[in-house]
Amino acid sequence: MTTDTQNLTLVQAVRDGLETEMHRDEDVIVLGEDVGKNGGVFRATEGLYEAFGEDRVIDTPLAESGIVGTSIGMAAYGLRPVPEIQFMGFIYPAFDQIVSHAARIRSRSRGRFTCPMVVRAPYGGGIRAPEHHSESKEAFFVHEPGLKVVVPSTPADTKGLLASAIRDPDPVIFLEPKLIYRAFREDVPEGDHTVPLGEAAVRREGSDVSVFTWGAMTRPTMEAAETLASEGVECEVVDLRTLSPLDREAIVESFEKTGRAAVVHEAPKTGGLGGEITAILQEEALLYQEAPVERITGFDTPVPLYALEDYYLPSPTRIEEGLREVVDFP
Amino acid sequence: MSGRGGDADGLFDRAPDDRVQVLNEAGELVGDVPDLTDAELVDCYRWMRLARHFDERAVNLQRQGRMGTYPPLAGQEASQVGSAAALDDDDWVLPSYREHAAVHVHGLDLADILLYWMGHGAGGWGAEANVFPAAVPIATQIPHATGMALASKLRGDDAVAVAYFGDGATSEGDFHEGLNVAGVFDVPAVFVCNNNGWAISVPRERQTASPTLAGKAAAYGIDGVQVDGMDPLATYAVTRAAVEKARDPDGRPRPTLIEAVQYRFGAHTTADDPSVYRDEAEVEAWRKRDPIPRLERFLRETGRLDDGRIADIEDEVRATVTAAIERAETTARPDPASIFDDVYAERRGELDRQRAALNRLRERHGEDGFLRD
Ligand SMILES: Cc1ncc(C[n+]2csc(CCOP(=O)(O)OP(=O)(O)O)c2C)c(N)n1
Repeated sequence: MTTDTQNLTLVQAVRDGLETEMHRDEDVIVLGEDVGKNGGVFRATEGLYEAFGEDRVIDTPLAESGIVGTSIGMAAYGLRPVPEIQFMGFIYPAFDQIVSHAARIRSRSRGRFTCPMVVRAPYGGGIRAPEHHSESKEAFFVHEPGLKVVVPSTPADTKGLLASAIRDPDPVIFLEPKLIYRAFREDVPEGDHTVPLGEAAVRREGSDVSVFTWGAMTRPTMEAAETLASEGVECEVVDLRTLSPLDREAIVESFEKTGRAAVVHEAPKTGGLGGEITAILQEEALLYQEAPVERITGFDTPVPLYALEDYYLPSPTRIEEGLREVVDFP
Repeated sequence: MSGRGGDADGLFDRAPDDRVQVLNEAGELVGDVPDLTDAELVDCYRWMRLARHFDERAVNLQRQGRMGTYPPLAGQEASQVGSAAALDDDDWVLPSYREHAAVHVHGLDLADILLYWMGHGAGGWGAEANVFPAAVPIATQIPHATGMALASKLRGDDAVAVAYFGDGATSEGDFHEGLNVAGVFDVPAVFVCNNNGWAISVPRERQTASPTLAGKAAAYGIDGVQVDGMDPLATYAVTRAAVEKARDPDGRPRPTLIEAVQYRFGAHTTADDPSVYRDEAEVEAWRKRDPIPRLERFLRETGRLDDGRIADIEDEVRATVTAAIERAETTARPDPASIFDDVYAERRGELDRQRAALNRLRERHGEDGFLRD
């Protein structure tokens, strides 16, 4: 059987994934600020309003707590809401609803009420956006039991992971790397296409050092890996894809092969997921460890205004430097 | 500016949809001229012309790649200038991201405003003016204004806190919580809603089923008043009266919600394309209410302005904006290591280690090791 494909950008894959799932299941409802007539400020919901009408693609008032809280009620009632938060930096008014309620409805009601919803939000820096438009705060949500957190890095994964997230019985925070919304295209299967949640993908095989990353940082990491390869250092790049639950097996398996590891993320270092991954390696593969785990991350500062944001984000050069530290140890 | 408007004329004693107007769309007098000197009236005109020209240049800078995303204000000059002109220097302005004219009238340098949109951390605020940094997350400045006003009251000061925000902001919890707290504690605050009809693509009717935004004040036990936001004299008069009521010398300051009804001619920001959701005929209809020709006509007909003076203002405005752009563009690029400054009062420990690491990398690789394209 051959599958037809379409050559899509990442943001087009979001749109295609939403459309496919809305056709498959009429309980799927998209809502948020500017998602309807405007098709979303990044065009992620373009054409859905025309295709499905205003009862399934709902332009809401400007109220994140209202959007997510309403979605929780809809989900508990049996629908599958997919609320959009316009930028991750504006998710905080909804934070209470997400962590105090969406994440816990199942356990509080001993399974009577559930919250199958997907909160979509573009995240991350590098697009010269104004203040508060560049945050990468996945750690807040990974820290919350009851939530799943997904961050795709390719168009095909985006569609497949989004479909799985929508079909998942629990609430999912789906973070879209807006830096690479339009950076490249890839063949994406038409129609039904899923990628399972909770499984990492090895983007590049290597034997010298394992690099764990996700989302928008996958590309600069691959670039750094290619540069090091030309010097004879082989990096294994593991794209985690789902941050909660983390694919512990894939992380440990790669590390057992290389004995050296680095984590690359654009979120601040302190309290970021780099620490969690390091702890997993300590717990499960201590005896394989040949060097300290290097964390190549954003700094412990607010994301600066755009004149300096390139200094904040891990660049290929910074990633190379960090990887050399690991490889050259001791 | 310190003219007196007075609220004896029942400005707050009217139905929420009984819009205050001083100049009608044709620039004819339909209300009481506020107590401003001729020079102050001409200043209002000059500031609106300055705001319009600044805005045009800023949009062009963005198009030329000399500035990042910029939120234009054309159409909203009257409300911003009229209301800010009604404040005293000691009052506080808590703006949203679109209030370039209001914050400038309240003392913020134009170059500082430009620097902010050029992505410099040093921009967006001034050491001198009583202006809070622009609130990008919607409605968050509203409870801050309540807090500043409460502090002013507790301290026994005279300062009034004025928050500016859009119609979309009235949907956020922060709007409701901020106004509610303000009402409960009788704080000297003025909440100015620049209702420009749209929150990006969402029309005002989609924000609330309330017939007016001014009417929401009733829920918090405070005065709400609707004003023609494209009439600079009306916005001045209403704001001045609200500020005086907030500063009430008789010991009971009261907050006010002002809904200034107006229209933004341009896009939400330079990253937005309103043709997807907005009708061009609507824009054209609102252009007829343009605040600048309105005030110009009134000032001409009352002998306060003539061709010569207008030409002088035109020249002055152009020179001022050009000089501000020049100042902003010749301001040195901020030091990359400055991102570690002002995160805490003291910089030490991990933050200092990270700063040192960044500087080491810069020495080794130069700026090319960081900058994309
Ligand atoms: C909490 C929050 N949610 C979403 C956004 C994205 N956003 C920026 S401006 C805007 C519309 C604001 O409309 P309004 O309050 O009416 O002000 P206007 O821009 O029209 O002056 C939106 C949704 C934001 N900045 N903050």
